Amino acid sequence: MEDLTSLKQEQENQEPGKAGPPWEGKTAASPQSPEPESSEPLEEELGPDIGPQPRSRPPWSPQSKVITSLGDPKEPGASSSPASLQEPSPTPSPLALSREDLVAALRSDRTASVTLEAGTLHSDPLEQSPDKRESTPHHTGQPEANTFQQSQQPKSHVCGSTDVSYSNSKQKELRFHTFQEEDSNSEHELDQLRPGASEAVPSVLDTAIQNAKAYLLKTSSKSGLNLYDHLSSMLTKILDERPENAVDIIENISQDVKMAHFSKKLDTLQNEKEMLPTYEIAEKQKALFLQGHLEGVDQELEDEIAENSLPNVMESAFYFEQAGIGLGTDETYRIFLALKQLTDTHPIQRCRFWGKILGLEKNYIVAEVEFREGEDEEEVEEEDVAEERDNGESEADEDEEDELPKSFYKAPQAIPKEESRTGANKYVYFVCNEPGTSWVKLPSVTPAQIVIARKIKKFFTGQLDAPIISYPPFPGNESNYLRAQIARISAGTHISPLGFYQFGEEEGEEEEEVEGGRDSFEENTDFEGIQVIDLVESLSNWVHHVQHILPQGRCNWFNPIQKNEEEEEEEDEEKEEEKGEEPEFIEPEVGPPLLTPISEDLEIQNIPPWTTRLSSNLVPQYAIAVLRSNRWPGAYAFSNGNVRSSAELERELSCQSSH
Amino acid sequence: MDAEGLLLSLELASGSGQGLGPDRRASLLTSLMLVKRDYRYDRVLFWGRILGLVSDYYIAQGVSEDQLAPRKTLYSLNCMEWSLLPPATEEMVAQTAVVKGRFMGDPSHEYEHTELQKVNEGEKVFEEEVVIQIKEETRLVSVIDQIDKTVAIIPRGALFKTPFGPTHVNRTFEGLSLSEAKKLSSYFHFREPVDLKNKTLLEKADLDPSLDFMDSLEHDIPKGSWSIQMERGNALVVLRSLLWPGLTFYHAPRTKNYGYIYVGTGEKNIDLPFML
Repeated sequence: MEDLTSLKQEQENQEPGKAGPPWEGKTAASPQSPEPESSEPLEEELGPDIGPQPRSRPPWSPQSKVITSLGDPKEPGASSSPASLQEPSPTPSPLALSREDLVAALRSDRTASVTLEAGTLHSDPLEQSPDKRESTPHHTGQPEANTFQQSQQPKSHVCGSTDVSYSNSKQKELRFHTFQEEDSNSEHELDQLRPGASEAVPSVLDTAIQNAKAYLLKTSSKSGLNLYDHLSSMLTKILDERPENAVDIIENISQDVKMAHFSKKLDTLQNEKEMLPTYEIAEKQKALFLQGHLEGVDQELEDEIAENSLPNVMESAFYFEQAGIGLGTDETYRIFLALKQLTDTHPIQRCRFWGKILGLEKNYIVAEVEFREGEDEEEVEEEDVAEERDNGESEADEDEEDELPKSFYKAPQAIPKEESRTGANKYVYFVCNEPGTSWVKLPSVTPAQIVIARKIKKFFTGQLDAPIISYPPFPGNESNYLRAQIARISAGTHISPLGFYQFGEEEGEEEEEVEGGRDSFEENTDFEGIQVIDLVESLSNWVHHVQHILPQGRCNWFNPIQKNEEEEEEEDEEKEEEKGEEPEFIEPEVGPPLLTPISEDLEIQNIPPWTTRLSSNLVPQYAIAVLRSNRWPGAYAFSNGNVRSSAELERELSCQSSH
Repeated sequence: MDAEGLLLSLELASGSGQGLGPDRRASLLTSLMLVKRDYRYDRVLFWGRILGLVSDYYIAQGVSEDQLAPRKTLYSLNCMEWSLLPPATEEMVAQTAVVKGRFMGDPSHEYEHTELQKVNEGEKVFEEEVVIQIKEETRLVSVIDQIDKTVAIIPRGALFKTPFGPTHVNRTFEGLSLSEAKKLSSYFHFREPVDLKNKTLLEKADLDPSLDFMDSLEHDIPKGSWSIQMERGNALVVLRSLLWPGLTFYHAPRTKNYGYIYVGTGEKNIDLPFML
C-alpha cells in the first residue's frame, strides 16, 4: 500500500499543472498495479460504506460517504463536512476510507487524483501513525481551513483531508473544477451505490465527474456562454500568448476573452459608423494628392512653373522646425497641397501660408492671398451694400426724430473701411478647417471691428458663423472677429530683416506722405543679407513690413469731420450747438511709419516685445535667427541671413495689450 | 509623455504647433535615457517646455514604481544636463502666487515683490514696504506643481490600483474606444483624488474600484475649460486645456499611445471665464 501511494504521489507530483488528458492517462496508468490489491479490501468495506449518504459530490464523495457514516446523512454543505471530518478520528474508518478512495481513484479520471491523495493520506496513518496523527489533528482541528485549502474555492464542499503538501500542487488542477454540491447528485450516487458491487464505486466517481462537467457546460442564461468553454479558451489564450506574470492579469485576460465574443463582425455592406469621419477626411485628402492628374498635364506644368505663385511651404517649414515650431511634416505637406488647390481654383497673384489658429471645436488654417489685378469684384459689391444699409438707417433715425422726443445724439460717423488692397485690407485671407476641406474667404475688416477686437478676448470655436457674445458687443460673427485678429497680428508681427524691403523709388513720394506715410514697398534686389548673429543681437535689424493700425482702426488716417461738413446742410440749426461742442479739428492719428525697426515696439509690462534666439547653440554656424513675439504668443519669424519668413501659430488668441 | 516613445509622441502632439527642434529632440533622447539610469526611475516622462524670455526650461519628470506617488521633477536649459528640483510645498505656491509675468529663463533670477507689512515698533503700528525676493526656481517648481495638479491627465484604464496600495501601469490597456474617447469622463487627473468622496452612493456603485480611483475631468471648474478635438478624422483625439494654455494631451483611440506635453509660457489663463 505504501509503495502504491508513494508511486502515485510521485506521479501526481510530476504532473501538477497539466490539463485533463494527462491526468487521465496518469490515473489510468496507476490503477493497473494496485487494482488487484485493492479490489479485495474494497469489497470488504463497500458494505458499510454504502449506507451513509455522501455529503459532497465528486472526488471526495467516497470519503464523505465514509465520514458521513458517522454523522448525519444527506446533509449538503461544506459546514457539515468539516464537522464530519472531526468525527472520523479513529483510525479504522480513515483506513477504510483510504482504501476505498484508492480503488475509486483508480478507475476515474482527473478528479481521482485528489481522492488518491486523500487516500494516500489516510493510508499513512497505519504505517506512520505519528505523522498522520499530526496531520489529521491538523486537519481535523482546522477542517474548514483544510477544506478551503484544498481547493480554495468557497463553493467547494470538500471534506477531504488532503495533505498540505499535495494540496498545493493539486489545487492548481482542482481550481479548474468548480464543484458544487447538489443534493440530486449525492442522491444519485447513493442510488448507484445501493446495488453495491465493485462497479458502483467507480461509477460514482464517473458520474461525479460527468456531473461536474455537465455543470461546467451549463450555459449562462444571461450571456449564452458556459464556464467550460470560457475556461478552456482562456487557458488556450494564455498558453498561446504566454504573457509574463499571467497570474497578475488573469482577471483581465478573462474579461478580454469575454469581450472577444462580442466583437463586431465586419459587415461588407455597411461601413462602421464610428470610423466614418476618418474615412471622409481621408477621401478629401486623397483628392488633394490626386489634383495634378488632369488633362493637359504638360501645359499646366509649364504654367505652374512659370507662375510660381505658390510659396515653398516645405522650405519654410524646415527652417521653422529648426526652431521647434511646426505642425508635423505630413500635416505641413497636406497644407502645402491645400494651398496648391487654392491657387488653382482662384486667380491668385501671391499666396502665403499665414498660420494656424486653434479653436475649441475645430481649428483654422489661414492663407494670406493677394489677388491678381482686377480680380476682386465681389468685394466692391459688398461695399455698396454696406453703404446703402447705412443710408437706410440714417433715414429711419430721422423719421423717428420727428415723432418721438428728439434725441440729439448723433452716432459718430461710422468710419468706412479701407479700400481693398490698402491698409488693413491689403491682403485677402482664406481659411479652412482641415487641409482638404474647401477654402472660405474671410470678409474684409472694418475699423470698428478692429477697435472692438482690441477690447475683447474670446476663444474661437471653429465655426465661422458662430456669434461673438461679448461686451462691448462685437459687430459681426466669428469670421469677422477672426479677420480682425488676423489683421492685428499681421500688423504687429510681420517683420523682415532691415533692408530686405525698401520703398519704391517712384515719383510723387512727397504727395503720398500727406496721407500718413508710405504704404507700399518692394523687395530689395540688392539685399545682401545680414549676419545671423547681428539679427539675434539687435532688434533694430528687423523692421515691420505691414502698416501699423491706428487706434482708429485703419492704417491710413480717415478724418471723420470731412464727411460731417457735407451733412451739415441737412441738419437743423439746433444741432450746430452740439456740433460746436465737438472739436472741429481732430488731430490726425499717427502711427509708426512702415518699415520701422521693431526696437521701437513698446514693451509690455517691462517685458521686451520680442525674444530673439539662435536656433541651435551647438552648431552656430548653420543656425538661424528666430524671433518670438511676446505680445502675440505664437508669432514667430526666422531668418538665416537671406531667407526670411514669419508665421503664426496662435493658441486661441491671447492679446497682451491693445495695439 | 513617455520618454520611450518620444518621437512618436512628439509627432502626435504636433498639432498644437509647438514642438521641439531636431537638435533638442536628439539630445533629449540620449539624456533622458541617462536620467532614467542614474536616478533609477521606473519611467521618465518628458513634461514639456516653459518658454522664458532669455531661454527656455525643459522639464522632465521621473515616476517611481507607484505611479501615483509624487513625481520628481528635473529641469534643464540645454536638454543635456538635468538638475533635480525640490518638491513643491504649500508655502512655495502661496509665495509665488504674487509673481506675474513671463519667466526669465534664468533659474537664479529673483523677482522682487514689494509688500506692505505691518511692523510693530513699540506701540506704533505702521506699514512698511518690504521687498521680498522670490527666486525663479521656486516659481518654476510651483508652476509645474500647479499645472500637474490641475491639468495633467491620463485616460481611464491606463493605471489600475491593486488592493495592496500601489498603482501600476495597466498592461492590458488597449486604448479607449472611439465613443469613449470623445467624452470628458474617460479622462482622469493624474494625481491623488480629491473629489471622489463627494460622489453620491449611486455614482460610486457604478465605479470599478481598480480603475476609477481618480477624479475625472467632468466636474472641472470652469466648465468648458477643456477643448476636445479629433484630428486626422477620428484617428487622434487631442485635449487642450484652456486654463493653462499650452497643455496638449493626445491619445490615439484603440491604441496604447497617449501622453501630454506642456509648451507654454507658464502663465495661467485667468481670463478664461470671459473668453468662453
